[in-house]
Amino acid sequence: MLAFILRRLLQSIAVLLTVGIVAFFLFRYVGDPINAMVGQDTSMEERAELREKLGLNDPAPLQFVRFIGNAAQGKFGLSYRTSEPVGRLIVERLPATLELALCAAIFAMVVGVPMGVYSGLYPRHWISRVMQAVSLIGVSLPTFLIGILLILVFAVMLRLLPSFGRGDTVALGGWTTNFLTVKGLQALILPSITLGLFQLTLIMRLVRSEMLEVMRTDYIKFARARGLSDRAINFGHALKNTLVPVITIAGLQLGAIIAFAIVTETVFAWPGMGQLFIQSVQFADIPVMAAYLLLIAFLFVAINLVVDLLYFAVDPRLRSNVGAGKGAH
Amino acid sequence: MAATEAVSGWLRRAADSDVWWSFKRSPLTVSAAIVSFLIVAAAFLSPILAPHTPFDPATLSLLDGLKPPVLVGEGGEWRFPLGTDEQGRDVLSSIMYGTRLSLLVGFASVVVAMVLGIGLGLVSGYVGGTLDAIIMRVADVQLTFPAILVALLIDGVVRGLISVQRHDEIAIYVIVGAIGLSFWVQYARTVRGSVLVEKNKEYVQAARVIGLAPVLIMLRHVLPNVMGPVLVIATINLGLAVITEATLSFLGVGLPSTQPSLGTLIRLGNEVLQSGEWWITVFPGVTLALLVLAVNLLGDWLRDALNPKLR
Repeated sequence: MLAFILRRLLQSIAVLLTVGIVAFFLFRYVGDPINAMVGQDTSMEERAELREKLGLNDPAPLQFVRFIGNAAQGKFGLSYRTSEPVGRLIVERLPATLELALCAAIFAMVVGVPMGVYSGLYPRHWISRVMQAVSLIGVSLPTFLIGILLILVFAVMLRLLPSFGRGDTVALGGWTTNFLTVKGLQALILPSITLGLFQLTLIMRLVRSEMLEVMRTDYIKFARARGLSDRAINFGHALKNTLVPVITIAGLQLGAIIAFAIVTETVFAWPGMGQLFIQSVQFADIPVMAAYLLLIAFLFVAINLVVDLLYFAVDPRLRSNVGAGKGAH
Repeated sequence: MAATEAVSGWLRRAADSDVWWSFKRSPLTVSAAIVSFLIVAAAFLSPILAPHTPFDPATLSLLDGLKPPVLVGEGGEWRFPLGTDEQGRDVLSSIMYGTRLSLLVGFASVVVAMVLGIGLGLVSGYVGGTLDAIIMRVADVQLTFPAILVALLIDGVVRGLISVQRHDEIAIYVIVGAIGLSFWVQYARTVRGSVLVEKNKEYVQAARVIGLAPVLIMLRHVLPNVMGPVLVIATINLGLAVITEATLSFLGVGLPSTQPSLGTLIRLGNEVLQSGEWWITVFPGVTLALLVLAVNLLGDWLRDALNPKLR
């Protein structure tokens, strides 16, 4: 097990280094860090002097090491657009995105798994067929269109829910939260549904096909023969065995949710990292783009690692395999 | 004479094939094909069929602005069946021209992704060694990120390299390139996998023995045998490419409002959605959804029809 974790760690570090190289090239060669720091009327000599002082004339590998060192401390230089430190810009917006992503993921799981279980147990029931059809439409509709439709119905026509912004937030230290005010919670509803809908359909389809598969196996028949209640069979035996792929997909999708928050945040004017990233793409604000890229890569890698470790918690077969020295893969 | 015979022979074989049979048997697939055909035809014939030319300022009148669709609100006119936007552009015509642009970008970016992916996959599988390792590691890293993020990043980098006016002129090429570059991995992996299987077969060895150049062996002998799965991925990717383009344009980093695609139209309409002019957003949105749904259904059908395991 230790060898497996070590190998996964090394792979993760390799991915991060590659992304780091891309981010470094963007930061150093696509944009010019000097232009962001000085005014129009700074002379060439002063620029050259500053360049020398910041180490921009050093060999590229040395600069790369320095860039990674700074990045690890959250120092990404100044934004071209607002001239604020990039690290602070991102930290200010991180809570908004993470809370939204968390709510969307919970929504997708809490609604998607029961829907999948139901349509897996009763595949021919009309409710299951309706759910299948809806999920096909859910996969085909782009996220932003779902958001617009929800705004149109619930905000413009019915005037029930707010359609933009975070509502009221409460600051807890450096973290601003939506969870403590009614307006904040209301503001979360539509964006979370929009963001979570695609994942919901994915989870539902996955649970459904896994359930269909598991229900045909011998141990389910045996459990029936033993006279266990339907409830114990469906949830204790069947659902439990569908969880490994569901955890994989749900975990990997958590990363996708954070990335797709870009679209949802734009639709709902949600002041999160995704909106910051879109603005930085529009203005070619390279330091923000580089920092966002690194942060997302870090989150993705961390999530993948946690998902791999969760396997051991969920699937006892893996533990015994590794114990017997066969390795997990 | 020989040509017509060849065509009719091909048609007869096509009509006898099980692909055609499975197509006829599925009413959902047939309707998806009809819907796709109608949308594609309306889009590409838009210069002839569209009632107005929405982007010729000479034909626009602000007095026609914000008219609702005919059957819904008061003040609708038959000249503008789906209403007009605030500048008096006919929504129906805008949709037809916009769909044409969306489809063009979708097709072009799938072709870019396909050519790039097939090329890298062939080289990777046939040459092997360090080159293979490098290409596949890059593919792994890129696959860690959702395609939309990669496309956004490429778009942002291009914006950093060239000026804004210049960017609007070449926006369509930038978008095609960005989407193409963000979708190549799937093709490369599939082709590489098939090439690894094919390259040890006797016909490839024979070609090598008679001294054909590696490029020729790859293109003339290996490639035709790995094309099946590639075409299935391409069909499924077409819907995805159209969605990605629409999303980028909606986010304001895709096609500019002077050459609006469906995504751009939805973004422009979204800005006035709060005041109740829903038709400017909803009709392009419905068109996009129908188009993607139909293309996805066709892709799913093609995947199943070409998969011998499911027969």
